[in-house]
Amino acid sequence: MSTGTAGAPGYSARRTLPLSVEFVRQLRRRRTLVMFGLLLVLPWVLAAAFELGAGQPRPGQGAAGTGLRMSDLATTGGLNFAVFTLSVSATFLLVVAVALFCGDTVAGEANWASLRYLLAAPVPRGRLLRQKLIVALGYAAAAVCALPLMALLTGTLVFGWADVQVPGTGEVVPAAVALPRFALVVGYVLVCQLVVASLAFLLSATTDSPLGAVGGAVGLVIVCNILQAVDALGGVREFLPTYWNSAWLAALTPEPDLSGMLRGVAVAVAYSSILIAVAFRRFGRKDIVS
Amino acid sequence: MRRWAGRWIIAALAVMVVAGAGAWAFWPSSHSVTTADVTIGVMDGPAGDQRVRIDATFFTPPGGGRAPAVLLAHGFGGTKASVRDEAERLAAAGYAVLTWSARGFGRTTGQIALNSPDYEVKDTRQLVDWLAARPEVRLDAKDDPRVGIAGASYGGAIALMTAAHDPRVDAIVPQITWHDLATALFPDATGQGPEHGVFKRMWAGIFFGRAGPPQRPVGAARTGPATPLTAEQAACGRFLPEICDLYRKVAETGRATPEAVELLRRSSPVSVPGMIRIPTLLLQGQRDSLFPLDQADANARAVAATGAPVQVAWFDGGHDGGDGEIDWIHERTVSWFGHFLARDGGLGVPGSAFTVTRDGGRDPGSRQPVLLHATAGGYPGLGGSARTTLPLSGPEQRIAAPPGGAPAAVSSIPGFGAPGAGGAAELFGAAADVPGQSASFETRPLARPVQVTGSPAVTVRVSGTDAPGREVTLFAGLQDVAADTRAPVLPKGLVAPVRFTVPDGGGEVAIRLPAIDHRFAAGHRLRVAIGTTDLGYAMPDEAAVHTIALPAGGGTLTLPGAALETPPAGPVWWAWALPPAALAVAALIALTGRRRRTAGEDAPDEDVPLRISGLTKSYRNGERAVTDLSFAVRRGQVLGLLGPNGAGKTTTLRMLMGLITPDAGEIRIFGRKVTPGAPVLSRIGCFVEGPGFLPHLTGRANLELYWRATGRPAADARMAEALEIAGLGGALDRAVRTYSQGMRQRLAIAQAMLGLPDLLVLDEPANGLDPPQIREMRRVLIRYAEQGRTVIVSSHLLAEVEQTCDHVVVMHRGRLVTAGPVSELLESAARPNGSARRLEDVFLTLIGDNA
Repeated sequence: MSTGTAGAPGYSARRTLPLSVEFVRQLRRRRTLVMFGLLLVLPWVLAAAFELGAGQPRPGQGAAGTGLRMSDLATTGGLNFAVFTLSVSATFLLVVAVALFCGDTVAGEANWASLRYLLAAPVPRGRLLRQKLIVALGYAAAAVCALPLMALLTGTLVFGWADVQVPGTGEVVPAAVALPRFALVVGYVLVCQLVVASLAFLLSATTDSPLGAVGGAVGLVIVCNILQAVDALGGVREFLPTYWNSAWLAALTPEPDLSGMLRGVAVAVAYSSILIAVAFRRFGRKDIVS
Repeated sequence: MRRWAGRWIIAALAVMVVAGAGAWAFWPSSHSVTTADVTIGVMDGPAGDQRVRIDATFFTPPGGGRAPAVLLAHGFGGTKASVRDEAERLAAAGYAVLTWSARGFGRTTGQIALNSPDYEVKDTRQLVDWLAARPEVRLDAKDDPRVGIAGASYGGAIALMTAAHDPRVDAIVPQITWHDLATALFPDATGQGPEHGVFKRMWAGIFFGRAGPPQRPVGAARTGPATPLTAEQAACGRFLPEICDLYRKVAETGRATPEAVELLRRSSPVSVPGMIRIPTLLLQGQRDSLFPLDQADANARAVAATGAPVQVAWFDGGHDGGDGEIDWIHERTVSWFGHFLARDGGLGVPGSAFTVTRDGGRDPGSRQPVLLHATAGGYPGLGGSARTTLPLSGPEQRIAAPPGGAPAAVSSIPGFGAPGAGGAAELFGAAADVPGQSASFETRPLARPVQVTGSPAVTVRVSGTDAPGREVTLFAGLQDVAADTRAPVLPKGLVAPVRFTVPDGGGEVAIRLPAIDHRFAAGHRLRVAIGTTDLGYAMPDEAAVHTIALPAGGGTLTLPGAALETPPAGPVWWAWALPPAALAVAALIALTGRRRRTAGEDAPDEDVPLRISGLTKSYRNGERAVTDLSFAVRRGQVLGLLGPNGAGKTTTLRMLMGLITPDAGEIRIFGRKVTPGAPVLSRIGCFVEGPGFLPHLTGRANLELYWRATGRPAADARMAEALEIAGLGGALDRAVRTYSQGMRQRLAIAQAMLGLPDLLVLDEPANGLDPPQIREMRRVLIRYAEQGRTVIVSSHLLAEVEQTCDHVVVMHRGRLVTAGPVSELLESAARPNGSARRLEDVFLTLIGDNA
């Protein structure tokens, strides 16, 4: 077609909204900085809490049959500390972080009214969504990785480098074996958060309210967490997007069982691909009135 | 259109909810099972001359026809009502089910004879006769119904006993029951038999109590004077007198007399070797200090010896509590009966020869404990299919047997039965040994986990005892000791009682510890604890001190293991199928949502920067914002789009920017049709409905990033000229959030002018500007158009348009009112007296006409 001549000189749809521009646009936002600050400080706060509480007897110890809890093992070494940090933050903190980056990206622009100027620049709608999705996922992934990596650093500096002790049974996995598996775990947590990310993104592309998009995605996680605790639902729960979120615990046992993680990946990929497709479809036809 | 899509989704959801609720409410359920209470008269007793009226309930399955029958027996102390739920489930699964209250229980007459062949077994055989006469029951031959028997505990034993005495029974599922009631009540872990066993005092007492005198119903005092119990009723309740007498004798002495053993064995499968020759599914509880796993083991071996199919399952339940696994037991029962009763048996027996319920970790969703079923193709027995031997260490220890047996260690509390509780030891959080009464020997910490399935064995040396007659009573248990400060755990709360006569100079005693299925974790130690007391058993009254040590050559602990396979937790099919399917659906969703671009519609025309034809747009609420609007703008014009608030000006500009899609008509810019994101949009600069900036960035950064977002060369931006128009000075390097309304307005106009677009569209540009700035703006716009570019200014300020624009388009209520040069408009509306009118007057006239 006559795309080359139709536009202004030098205009090409494929050059609009480069990733670097979108990256810079989001970088200096206060919520970006605060979220990363929180994620990077949290491991140090946790480590300080463990150090301060070390002298005091912990309630619940000595109750037999319950096995070693993850929190009992957090101070045994850097890897254990990182696993503990990840386990306590994966259910909510990381969800909020991911929902924030992906839910705010389009709705935030709509809220600032800058969206219509981008679209009239023009950045084609599909391309705008794609570039924003890539950058938002990049920020979300950075957030999800920042926490365990900082926890690993913190834990190693404060509690030393040691083999991983498995909660419950107390079995020991050598650090050299556990480290690549920990990378796998972080990758799995990333994939699990993809559902939250894509729902937040869909809501972001649908509504003008960034708060609504973030809250909606976090709300879904809360509702799913409630539903998955209802045993009566049986096998249906396996298809809840959050059901397999803690399946990564099985990857750190001496004989890792990856089947739960595989299912988690399948569910996450399925939900997020459909949600993202719906986001593109809706945004492509939407009347932008913000 | 989308509004309708939303309604359809809501309607579809509502239909699904209603359909689901309806299906749940009306799903064929047990209400189609018919039940009938019947009283069946039977004759029993050694001579067959005692008449007993059996209170029974007959459940027939839905659908009619002849169905295989199941006799469902209740446990000790229960009645036919105790098994009603399970009876209904079995009937719903297609069986004619008969439940009955056994002799001496519920409304059934007669006295309890402990499943004696002369009494209860005769009764049950006559129930089989009764079934054979029913038209609902399928027959194998005349007077021979197709029938299975299921039941737990006392009911399990009647299943086994009836199977031994009545060849018409086709399959049985006995649960948590005994093989030898004598060894169950007088166990001895050295294998010397019940005569040397230790009396299971607490359990025996509980069961004797459960068959106590009939309780008067509440409120009976009103209906008549209570008849006092006779001495025999008070002492023996509903037991047959000879059983009662025997119990009193053994309970007083704590010793099994030969007569007692004889009587108990007459009620036990041990007395009918080789006579149970039918398919038998033995379900035994792992948490059972009354009928431990060794009872099922003996039953399994007895049935297997006849060549009949037999399967053994150790489930999470038993007389001491646990999960109970009601659903799983029902499934196993139904599949067993399904194969051997509903179908005709043969190959392909469902289930595995040996199943053990294990802790399956926690449910990923609810974090609740889940159970999994490990299976093996063959039943290895309590000795296991493989053995591990671990060395024990520990010094010689002296332990005291306290006078009167108190205080006593607590391993389990009979009859406590709390669900989920693994016996008293786990309830109290520890193996509750009494200090000074227990010797312990430990292994080294385990290098790797050890799974024990079966009955571990240990040999200890007992000497230096001052017990009378040198007969010592000991209780041996295997504890799981964690590496840290946690108290040791006694798996399933089971201990093995030992009665041993110590020879001169001491002697070694080989002890078979209770059969368990337990995983000892790495780092844990195994501890053999030998104590002198246990609350559940009869203990010698005399005080004594014994010396316990490991044998001379060093002690060892033999641990049996079985090769069990846990169900494959591997990838399920949907884990592979789901992502591609979802991706296909996603592709469908995304691709069908694409707009079709009709090629060849573009007819480039550099002289007409804007042509609007037949433009119509309604908003969601049905309100017409723009109706059939048509006008054109020529190159070099400064066009004023004039209209009161709500005239449709902004909607038109939004369509011009490709932000909203017209319902009808089209907009062409330089002859090219406007669609969302059409490249020709790059030739227009817009300022519509106020500024839109990233508040956290400076004004300069906003403009620079905006230009970079257009993807056009930086040199084309003419940034300096734009910034000059904005006139922000030093404020340019402050964050936009600190700007005033007017500053944002000017920055936005500067943004619209970036790259000096061929068509500049400004919506209410004078808002927030002060008079000098407005004048400057006017000057800029006129000069802009003089360079061959085109400017469209939308405004409701008439004076503004009059002074800036050479052409005007007047809109009102979404329609075009008039269009043309400002001068012509003023002329045509000139008063008859020739005096010039102002645009305001013209405008008000036009609106007035259309109002």
